[in-house]
Amino acid sequence: MAGISRVLEHRLVQYRRTFRSSVFTSFLSPLLFLTAMGLGLGGYVDRSGTAALGGLTYLEFLAPGLLAATVMQSAAFEATFPIIGGLNWQRTFHAMYATPLSPRDIALGNLVWMAIRVAMIATVFTAIIVLFGAAHSPLVILGIPVAVLTGMSFAAPISAFSATQRTPNQFNVIFRFGITPLFLFSGTFFPIETLPSYLQPIAWLSPLWHGVDLTRGIVLGTLADRPVQMLIHVIVLAVIVTVSSWATIVTIERRLVKG
Amino acid sequence: MTDPQTASLIHARGLTKRFGDFTAVDAVDFDVAPAEAFGFLGPNGAGKTSTMRMIGGVSPVTEGTLTVRGLDPRTHGPEIRARLGVVPQQDTLDTELTVRENLVLYGRYFGLSRAECNKRADELLDFAQLTERQNDEVEPLSGGMKRRLTIARSLINQPDLLLLDEPTTGLDPQARHLLWDRLYRLKQRGVTLVLTTHYMDEAEQLCDRLVVMDKAKIVAEGSPRQLIDRYSTREVAELRFAPDVHEHLDGQLDGLADRVERLADRVLLYADDGEAVAVAAHERGLKPEAVLVRRSTLEDVFLRLTGRSLIE
Repeated sequence: MAGISRVLEHRLVQYRRTFRSSVFTSFLSPLLFLTAMGLGLGGYVDRSGTAALGGLTYLEFLAPGLLAATVMQSAAFEATFPIIGGLNWQRTFHAMYATPLSPRDIALGNLVWMAIRVAMIATVFTAIIVLFGAAHSPLVILGIPVAVLTGMSFAAPISAFSATQRTPNQFNVIFRFGITPLFLFSGTFFPIETLPSYLQPIAWLSPLWHGVDLTRGIVLGTLADRPVQMLIHVIVLAVIVTVSSWATIVTIERRLVKG
Repeated sequence: MTDPQTASLIHARGLTKRFGDFTAVDAVDFDVAPAEAFGFLGPNGAGKTSTMRMIGGVSPVTEGTLTVRGLDPRTHGPEIRARLGVVPQQDTLDTELTVRENLVLYGRYFGLSRAECNKRADELLDFAQLTERQNDEVEPLSGGMKRRLTIARSLINQPDLLLLDEPTTGLDPQARHLLWDRLYRLKQRGVTLVLTTHYMDEAEQLCDRLVVMDKAKIVAEGSPRQLIDRYSTREVAELRFAPDVHEHLDGQLDGLADRVERLADRVLLYADDGEAVAVAAHERGLKPEAVLVRRSTLEDVFLRLTGRSLIE
């Protein structure tokens, strides 16, 4: 634990330098999306009644899903460039490895930092949901831990992959063919039941769909209606996080040993 | 009887490092005594860095014995690293943070309190002559300053063993001399220095004892003076000829000196009296464009041992 906290301390000192611009960005993104999609598009959708969304306004439906989708994007970013930078550009992970810190400390310290970042972004996002009057109930606060779980189900596997890369060339592939389609087709903007039935199983494979559906279930308080499904979401996400955190330790250690 | 494993700070027998089919370090033996300055001299790719990384406990030993302070890096990596200072070949500074932040954070990795880190940082900034730059970001610093900071950083845990992998490669002469001066001070304080270099002047300046490495093996061992005495003559006459003359020198230099080396651009005549050899060459009717008589260096030792120059 002590080793992990020392790695974390480095990330905190680094973050202090970009704190201001980062907070500004984490306010801006939800503000723009909730205005355009929630109020703009939502106003349009709600005219045909709220029955299709189970009595919810479009903004209420959208907000929890968008929270999950946003932390996915931030998590993916935190798991790519900082990892490849620590191993290949600044080589700060190599500096850590020359001290008593272990590859495990370095991997887990960075993953914990990503979880903290996701929690910060989710907190700002939740505050804005409340300001927009889009919070269905006080349960909205529970969206934050669920968002951390969802974010880490991306941060951990992407970190494991980033540690195997020497250049950022493959990151475009992750963002273009992974993150962007998931952002659009994981039930964030419309229920996946709207998709043709042969496409729905693809959404089930997406960690984001599990995250979106879970966040929505908890925030909107519909959890009790589908307890088994909610439990499955938690298990799927927790397994992804656990297995790929272990994979991150392995890939970071391999890279550090190579020099 | 003293056990060699405890008497020496670093003890290696048959030390081998392989990457797949490639053998980077091939069964080398060496010992480093406390408070000595020990060097690995050799060209790029000789296996110096791989050896250093095994000593530093960050690269697993493939075969053979290696102990650092009697501990096996395979099982005691973190304990070994806790008392080691490491100056890697490539800088690993956080260039977006300040000079002081780099020092303090590194101290924290060793579990030192923040107050202790700051106290040591003050001393080390002074030692590295970086006090005035302590609150500046690292990125715009010169190469020499970054290296000095790396050395200062490696001392934050007050190690008595410092590993330096090509500490001055890529620096200008002034920066190198400043760095050598700092390293010399550490040596006087009793810090054991282990360094790799492909600069013979660096090895001569800093090392009490060194091994010459070539193609993954140790080919010679001794003090710089001993190696020169053993493998070279006291002096060398360097003759430089016009290219068309240089190509047709066959046989004309025979018997002039103890040993003759023909390089691509010049001829080296090894003898105890270089001046006399240069005169004798003139008497044979040879007309070199330039003549330089100098003392033998480790460069000559390396050439003798491997048939190649250190820096190609």
